Amino acid sequence: MPIVVVGHVDHGKSTVVGRLLADTGSLPDGKLDQVRELCRRTSKPFEYAFLLDALRDERDQGITIDAARVFFKSALRHYVVLDAPGHVEFLRNMVTGAARADAALLVVDAREGVRENSRRHATMLAMLGVSHVAVIVNKMDLVGWSETAFAAVADEMRAFLTRLDVVPDAIVPVSGFEGVNLVTRGPEMPWYTGPAVLEVLDGFAAAAPPADAPFRLPVQDVYRFTRFGDDRRIVAGSIESGTIAAGDAVVFYPSGKRSRVASIEAFHAAPRTSASAGEATGFTLDEQIYTTRGELAARAGEPAPHVSTRLRASVFWLGRAPLVPGREYHLRLGTARVPMRVEHIEQVIDASTLTAGPATEVARNDVADCVLKLDRAVAFDLHADLPDTGRFVIVDDYEIRGGGIVREALADGDEAARDTVLLRNRKWEHSRLAPDLRAARYAQRPALVVVTGPRDMDRKGLAKHLEVRLFDAGRAVYFLGMANMLYGVDADIDRSLASRHEHFRRLGEIAHLMLDAGLVFIVSAAELRADDLDILRVSVPGEQLVTVWYGPAGAAEIATDLAVTDAATLDEAGALITDLLTARGVLPS
Amino acid sequence: MTHLDALEHRSVHILREAYANFRQLCMLWSIGKDSTVLLWLARKAFFGHVPFPLVHIDTSYKIPEMIAYRDRLVAEWGLNLVYGQHQEALAAGRTFPLGAVDRLTCCGLLKTDALTRTLSGEGPRFRFNHTSGAYERDPNTEAYTGVIVGARADEEGSRSKERYFSPRSTRNQWDIGEQPPEFWQQYKTEFAPGTHVRIHPLLDWTELNIWQYIARESIPVVSLYFDQGPGTRYRSLGCAPCTAPITSTARTVEDIIRELETGALAHVAERSGRAQDAADGGGLESLRRGGYM
Repeated sequence: MPIVVVGHVDHGKSTVVGRLLADTGSLPDGKLDQVRELCRRTSKPFEYAFLLDALRDERDQGITIDAARVFFKSALRHYVVLDAPGHVEFLRNMVTGAARADAALLVVDAREGVRENSRRHATMLAMLGVSHVAVIVNKMDLVGWSETAFAAVADEMRAFLTRLDVVPDAIVPVSGFEGVNLVTRGPEMPWYTGPAVLEVLDGFAAAAPPADAPFRLPVQDVYRFTRFGDDRRIVAGSIESGTIAAGDAVVFYPSGKRSRVASIEAFHAAPRTSASAGEATGFTLDEQIYTTRGELAARAGEPAPHVSTRLRASVFWLGRAPLVPGREYHLRLGTARVPMRVEHIEQVIDASTLTAGPATEVARNDVADCVLKLDRAVAFDLHADLPDTGRFVIVDDYEIRGGGIVREALADGDEAARDTVLLRNRKWEHSRLAPDLRAARYAQRPALVVVTGPRDMDRKGLAKHLEVRLFDAGRAVYFLGMANMLYGVDADIDRSLASRHEHFRRLGEIAHLMLDAGLVFIVSAAELRADDLDILRVSVPGEQLVTVWYGPAGAAEIATDLAVTDAATLDEAGALITDLLTARGVLPS
Repeated sequence: MTHLDALEHRSVHILREAYANFRQLCMLWSIGKDSTVLLWLARKAFFGHVPFPLVHIDTSYKIPEMIAYRDRLVAEWGLNLVYGQHQEALAAGRTFPLGAVDRLTCCGLLKTDALTRTLSGEGPRFRFNHTSGAYERDPNTEAYTGVIVGARADEEGSRSKERYFSPRSTRNQWDIGEQPPEFWQQYKTEFAPGTHVRIHPLLDWTELNIWQYIARESIPVVSLYFDQGPGTRYRSLGCAPCTAPITSTARTVEDIIRELETGALAHVAERSGRAQDAADGGGLESLRRGGYM
């Protein structure tokens, strides 16, 4: 069972772990003597904490710097201690350890009581979702084994945990230095009749994966290893919750595409027809649909995940630079990865006191409630419903800098269009020709290319040039002019701004048909806005949408995949777009 | 779900994350039991296939059975094997014990340097051609940005500090004090140009888990791990001059599991037969900071 030991600096975490190792006989022969000898050579008094300091720079700095793993065993089972450090600047290591642990030991010094990091770590344990928490009141030898001193610290800790909705499984008075109440109970505190720490640990049940909850599988990949002579098309991923069986109808979100599980696949394993939470699995579908990494598979008939571009979340921040509204970050939830901005910071919670206040930024090691806006819709659950698919990390500059749990799915204005698409996909009549077959026949992946720019630029000219260019290269391609829509598909709606939303919804539906037919579909649109693109993205998966700005350098009002300046000739512009389509895998290289 | 199942599923998940995120991905295969289990897990993850190259650093001093076993599995399982070698050091005779260098210098050249240069593409890569049945110079000299390694946390001190996805600098070095956080099955899959990421799917496995899994899955391992008569066997495999067998009469995988379970080896470090560890002050820290596996 993986456990983590947390608490304020110098409250004795490493000593507690050193004792658990030594007193359960879990150390290799000679290790104890080796460390005693090292202490003698360096004229330092021996401490059990030194046992963990396997690395030299730790001993030099005098603080544990990473979630080092050590193993010990009781009569009942094996434990791995992810020895989380207490120094505040290493909170990222503590998070790393605690997120993997089934149980946490929160160490508090009997003399000092609850300190800043005792509270901070307790707050993090609550957010990270550690199943069991036991409080260890350490250094009882230094308070004369006093029941009163213990009760004061225990009450203070219990009161704080209550505010976090955490109920400690036990609060144990111990002495790491003397080895009392860790592995065995001692005679020093006759007033304490509860279990020793090891007995508390042995009493914990390992958290079982939630097999009875709604099925959720973030798609890691869709494999087709034709180059190894294997034609199976396998949706691969790890089941976060629930169970799936051959014959079950599955729906992929956010696309809403739907199919049925044909088989559960595995290498070198007995044939099986179902898989459950905790398993890294794979399955084939009986009707081939286009799904991809980043989608969340759910089972039809069970509660569906939320799909939105806006959500309210509690976020903890570990980055050196503060989390600020407006800056672009990336959010990773399940296997989805989308650009993200903080729309609004509702309040920053001081992790050490749990008091909340307004703020314009979230500093390192702080916890805050925020509204997040994503560039594309993702599928997720509320943390309160399904924790594993209700949490995410925030990436900035190549690094994971923070994490968060989803409190609420918020409206983003595209719900109606999204519902239409979901219904359309649910009712979709599948062709017998899988998308892969068309892609192979046309030697291209379908894509929507949107050419936008200021009103006076010849976007249409560029779009038509691109159509001819790709056609001449043997591609299956189609250009649609806006006028072709306005007087046909859009004949029943006016041209007011209010109808713009419906116009783009219909354009998205046409694009969906063209892409389903395997084509590269080119449209031009004057002064395209970000919310127009949002509607298109409801129908067209992000990786199939290619946006091009054609106009004066630096004048683009929306972020596009490519910007071509007005100085470029049609030929040069066409070549640039072709290169981008090749790089994106739309066109063969 | 058994503990072994849970370990298998986590490792498979990590391998799939690596494959989804790293275009230039490879797996180091030392021919030993751990990286062979890792190879087996890759076949689990990708439904019988290994869709990236396996890189082996051939010091030329490996025990001959290891190379024979490697080439047999490469042919049987259709593996894409690439080996690298420090040919200048070998040509100049800068090896231990024949040449005028000590153990650590030899390790530094034939293993660490060779690995660094093979990964970056500066050093030669030799790829097995399944049609001709011979090794040929690999035309791919692009640097690998994701390197899957079979390190286990319980093996020795410094490995217990690793992340599942652990960044390495442009110079292949490991900054233990400045590691990124890792939680909720979200890993460091994004990296700055010139840096690369080491991926450790076996971090949570113990030596016993490895042997239990080898037994459960019937994974073929090198015969050197078993006592073949003299009452000794290898517990950890390396170069012939610096690797010594341990005293043990374990003849089968089941014998080894029993040996580990009964604690007959509980007080002997797994790598006790590896002379370079002792030469590095009882751990591999200096070697590993510089890029050693």
